[in-house]
Amino acid sequence: MIRDLFMKNRKKHMTTIPSVDAKNDVPEGIMTKCSECKNIILTKDLIKLMKVCPKCDHHFKMTAAERVACLFDEETFKSIDDHLKTENPLNFPAYTEKVESDARKTGLNEAVLTGTGKIDGVEIAVAIMDAHFRMGSMGSVVGEKITRAIEKATALGIPMIIFSASGGARMQEGVLSLMQMAKTSVALTRHGSEGLLYISVMTYPTTGGVSASFASVGDINIAEPKALIGFAGRRVIEQTVREKLPEDFQTAEFLLDHGQLDAVVHRADMKETLSKIVRLHVKGAN
Amino acid sequence: MSKTLKFEEPIVKLREKIVELEEFTANNSVDLSDEIGTLKVRLKNLEEEIYENMEPWDRVQVARHPQRPTTIDYINMLFEDFMQLHGDRAYGDDAAIVGGIASFESVPITVIGHQRGKDTKENVKRNFGMPHPEGYRKALRLMKQAEKFGRPIICFIDTKGAFPGKAAEERGQSEAIARNLVEMAGLTVPVISIVIGEGGSGGALALGVANHIHMLEHSTYSVISPEGAATILWKDSSLAKQAAEAMKITAPHLKEMGIIDAIIPEVRGGAHRDSKAQAISIGNAIRTSLDELGTLDGKGLVDHRYDKFRCIGVFSE
Repeated sequence: MIRDLFMKNRKKHMTTIPSVDAKNDVPEGIMTKCSECKNIILTKDLIKLMKVCPKCDHHFKMTAAERVACLFDEETFKSIDDHLKTENPLNFPAYTEKVESDARKTGLNEAVLTGTGKIDGVEIAVAIMDAHFRMGSMGSVVGEKITRAIEKATALGIPMIIFSASGGARMQEGVLSLMQMAKTSVALTRHGSEGLLYISVMTYPTTGGVSASFASVGDINIAEPKALIGFAGRRVIEQTVREKLPEDFQTAEFLLDHGQLDAVVHRADMKETLSKIVRLHVKGAN
Repeated sequence: MSKTLKFEEPIVKLREKIVELEEFTANNSVDLSDEIGTLKVRLKNLEEEIYENMEPWDRVQVARHPQRPTTIDYINMLFEDFMQLHGDRAYGDDAAIVGGIASFESVPITVIGHQRGKDTKENVKRNFGMPHPEGYRKALRLMKQAEKFGRPIICFIDTKGAFPGKAAEERGQSEAIARNLVEMAGLTVPVISIVIGEGGSGGALALGVANHIHMLEHSTYSVISPEGAATILWKDSSLAKQAAEAMKITAPHLKEMGIIDAIIPEVRGGAHRDSKAQAISIGNAIRTSLDELGTLDGKGLVDHRYDKFRCIGVFSE
C-alpha cells in the first residue's frame, strides 16, 4: 500500500477519471471569458449583470430574449408575427438551410423579435434585432416584421422602440432587402406624423442598410457603450482612403463626439433611461 | 469613337470589314458590291441578335459606359430655364449631386440627380458620382423647397453608391441617407425617380423613395455591386458576371419583381449611341407620370408612396 504511493503511475490509481456520460453532464459554457479584458466569469453571474463584464464594462452581444427579460415589466411582453417565414426569392444555394439552421439555434423565425410590452407600466411597441441570426441582416421578413410593429404602434397610438443589431441588408435577397429600408421608412414617417415617439437604440453592430435607415432617424438616438455604428465597413474605408483609421472610429463614443447621437447609455441604465424618455412623451404616464 | 464593349466586338469587327471593302472598291476597279451587300445583311442580323439578347453583365457594361449620358446631359436636353442651386447650407456643396429648378413643358419642376464625370478630371471633382452627406442634405433641402412651392420633383439616379470615406462617416453618411428616406416618404408633391445608369444601394435609394420609379433598359439597381456580391458570397470578385446574373439587378428583373413601375426602352446598343433620342423617350415617361400623379392631392401622394413600398417583400405566412 505504502509502496503504491511512490509508484510512477500512481496518478492512474488516485484520480477519478470521469466517464463519458459524466463529462456530458457538465453544462457547456459554465464560464465565459471576456473578449476584451480576458477576465473569466461564471456565465450565470454574467447574465445577472445583463451580460456586461464586471471588470472592463464590455457589453457582450445579447439575444433578443435576453433583452426582453431586462427591459419589460414581468410577463407583459407579447410577441407578434412569429409565423412569418423567409423564402428564397433569388434561389441562392443553401440560403433556406442557413435560415432554418439559425432559426433552430435562436428559437426565432427571423433576425428580429417584435411585439408589445410595458416599461414601468407604460405600453410600447418594440423591435429587437438579434445578431445571432444571420448577423442580424435585414431581408423581406425582418423588414416586414419591423414595419408591422411600427404599424401596430401607430394603430395603438403608442411609442416605438427599435433595438438595432445588424450587419445591414441581406445579400441573398438582393434588391428586395434594399427596399426594406424604404418600407420601414414610410411606416416610421406615418407613425411620426401622428405625433408619436420613436426611440432608436443602437447596439453592437449597427451598420450598412440598417444604420442608413430606421436606426439613424429616431426622435432620440441612443447607443450602448462601444457599439460599432457606421455606414461602410472599416476595411472598405481603409482601402478607399488609404490611411489607418483611429482606434475608436465608428464607435458609439466617436458618433457622440461627432454629433450623431443623443446619448451613450450603459446597459444597466437602459430600462430607466427609456422609461424616463417615454414618460416625458406619453400623456398621463407621469 | 466611343469605347467598344466586349460583347459588341463581333459587330465592330464586321463593321470594320465592310468599311475596308468599301474603301478597296473605291480605290480599285473591282466591284465588290455584292459581297458588301451580303455583309451588311449579316451585320444587321448580328446587331439584332446581340443587342436583343443582352445578358445582365452586358447591361452592367453599358450602364457603366464612360460616354453614357449623365444627369446634366439629360437636364440640358429635357428642361428649359434650368438654374442650378448649390449647397446644403450646413457644410458645403457636393458636386456628386446636382440639382435645381427648371421647367418641363412649361411646368416648373425641381430636378436632382447624381452626377459623375466623363473624364478623369471631372470624375475627381465629382468624386466619381459618389456623394458625401452634404450631397444628400442638399438634395433634401431642394426637395423641401419644391414641396413649399408645390413643384413636382424629378430625380435621376446614377451612382455606384454613397462614398465610403472617413469624412463621410464623421459627418453622418448613414443619417443623411436615412433622413432622405423618411422625409421623401412624407413629401406632398409628386416624386418621380429615373435610374439612368447604376443604382448602387442606399446611396441610390436616398433619391429613390418616389411615387414612380422608371429604369432605363440597360441600367441596374442593386443592394451591392456585382463585384462586391461576388466577394461576399464566393470570396472572389472575378465572379462578378455570375453575381450580376444571380442578384437580379437589371431593369427587366426589377420590373418582374414589381419593384419598379416602368422600363424606358433604350436606343439600340445603349443611350450613349444617341442621347437626343434617349432624352425624348425619357421625356415621354416623365410626361406620363406627371399626368397620372397630377390627379392626386398631397395626402393622396403620400398614401400612394406608402402603398407602393409597403407591399415589397417576398415571404410566406
